[in-house]
Amino acid sequence: MKTLPIYGTMAEFASAHDLVAAARRTYEAGYRKIDAYSPFPVEELAEAIGFHKNYVPLVTLIGAITGGTLGYLMQYWIAVIDYPINVGGRPYHSWPSFIIVTFEMTILFGAISAVLGMLALNGLPMPYHPVFHVPRFALATKDRFFLIIFATDPKYDAQATRQFLESLEPRSISEVPS
Amino acid sequence: MADQQEKSTVAKSGAPVIGPGHTFGTITDKISSIVLTRPVTNGWVVGFAACFMATMMLLYALAYLFVKGVGVWGINIPIGWGFAIVNFVWWIGIGHAGTLISAILLLLRQSWRNSINRFAEAMTLFAVACAGVFPAVHTGRPWLDYWMFPYPNTMKYWPQFRSPLIWDVFAVSTYFTVSLLFWFIGLIPDLATLRDRATNKYAQMIYGLLAMGWRGSARHWARYEKAYLLLAGLATPLVLSVHTVVSFDFAVGIVPGWHTTIFPPYFVAGAIYSGFAMVLMLAIPIRKIYNLEDFITDRHLQNSAKVMLATGWIVAYGYAVEAFMGWYGGNRYDQTLLWNRLHGPYAFWYYMLILCNIAIPQLLWIRKMRTSPVWLFFISFVILTGMWLERFVIVVISLARDFLPSSWGMYYPTRWDWMTYFGTIGMFLMAMFLFVRILPMISIFEMRTLLPEAEVKAE
Repeated sequence: MKTLPIYGTMAEFASAHDLVAAARRTYEAGYRKIDAYSPFPVEELAEAIGFHKNYVPLVTLIGAITGGTLGYLMQYWIAVIDYPINVGGRPYHSWPSFIIVTFEMTILFGAISAVLGMLALNGLPMPYHPVFHVPRFALATKDRFFLIIFATDPKYDAQATRQFLESLEPRSISEVPS
Repeated sequence: MADQQEKSTVAKSGAPVIGPGHTFGTITDKISSIVLTRPVTNGWVVGFAACFMATMMLLYALAYLFVKGVGVWGINIPIGWGFAIVNFVWWIGIGHAGTLISAILLLLRQSWRNSINRFAEAMTLFAVACAGVFPAVHTGRPWLDYWMFPYPNTMKYWPQFRSPLIWDVFAVSTYFTVSLLFWFIGLIPDLATLRDRATNKYAQMIYGLLAMGWRGSARHWARYEKAYLLLAGLATPLVLSVHTVVSFDFAVGIVPGWHTTIFPPYFVAGAIYSGFAMVLMLAIPIRKIYNLEDFITDRHLQNSAKVMLATGWIVAYGYAVEAFMGWYGGNRYDQTLLWNRLHGPYAFWYYMLILCNIAIPQLLWIRKMRTSPVWLFFISFVILTGMWLERFVIVVISLARDFLPSSWGMYYPTRWDWMTYFGTIGMFLMAMFLFVRILPMISIFEMRTLLPEAEVKAE
């Protein structure tokens, strides 16, 4: 990616409703490299900016299956192969008593995968990000809603994009330096 | 993910879960100001100091234990479990309400949970930490506790996976880890709020580091919500399994009064029962001191009281079935155990248990009791005492009278037992004191979603 002096153009809205409407119109206008910021989850928003592929469930499923499989195989290997102990003549492969640890390992690996997967897919931790340059953006974690069109968008043109955002009637517009 | 919207509609149609006149801004200001701008009061300092002293007492008692060995406690043969296991089960049980509130009520779309889930989860973490102390030091050689985990070692030894005690190691450590993840994930957006609102440079840096650069992007929120929901789905069977596994510690053994199939469900119900009592004992003073009646409303107190009433009856059913099976089963040892509970040397404590866990909580049928913070506080205290007595009755009465009269004995806790027990209560409260001043005790972003403005109207 070539270095761009401008990271994007950002518009500020007063409500979740306005932001979703603006995001939809932006997407319809052909902009694809866009993002929206809200102080709480707004489920329509992801769809409005064209985000559909959520891999978190898949990552979690793979983690959970891995954990369960490893948990069971570990117990099997320990109790049957490496360290067999005869307890009252009971079979070494006493699978009912292995259920609990298998279950706990499934949950443990699933939960860790969900958390780490979510963070990794989101690219977090990322303490620095160009949007933090905009002073008003501090309100994105309080009560304001923001829409950004990135400069990398093929349709992006500093002048035209700004005019387009103005047509959405935002509360303010700012350029985000990169 | 249509639940978010449905959650807010449910919230609006019912009785208020949030006081009138709030906006996104006022919610944010009110909760974050407790952490960021509220001065440290004398009351907080005195309370924290008292709890700190109690924690020091715990460390003293533990240090003495390490020097002298578990003989300083009242445990002996036949009663080898004593306070350590009683307190372990009691604390673990208390933790369960936090996960119930944060995970199960999320899946059930009970949006009233949004204002109490954060500190209930903190309560879970601290309670599980207190619980973990007891089995760890009860082993007698706590410096070798890592032997319980399967790791390759030069002794060519592995844990015994057919033992409920090893199941417990896995269940409790998984529970603590998942609770910690769930709590931390829930905190990330609020930490970002604190980062953006803090004026102190160090506060900005610390909250900024912990928030990991959260900026509320729609893509991030979508993955976040999915991960949160999945964690709730994973934590739900987990929390039910933890106390089930704890009950296996008893039920898999052959001791009369332990070897029953009713134990898992009745342990889980008892856990939630005591956990909600602890939630109320914390919520009632906290909402008063920090003026949070707008967020933790009477509806929250009422709902918690109703949960206690319901789980209390499951527990009562458990006692009834235990007694009935003792009589009907025809096993002479079980019959002796039942007789021993009702007439033996510990009978007084059994009747106290019935009084605390079954009789007094029936006051909750009265609406006035459910809405009176003072009465709820009192009833919660009684329930917590009762649930402690329940574990005492289970552990001590069964062990005191086993199969051979020649091996009968009595259990007398020593001052070291009491110091360790009260010390963990001090440690738990000390952690709560720190928590309410360092982190937002109510989930700010989830409270925002309760407002009607959070809804996106259909085009």
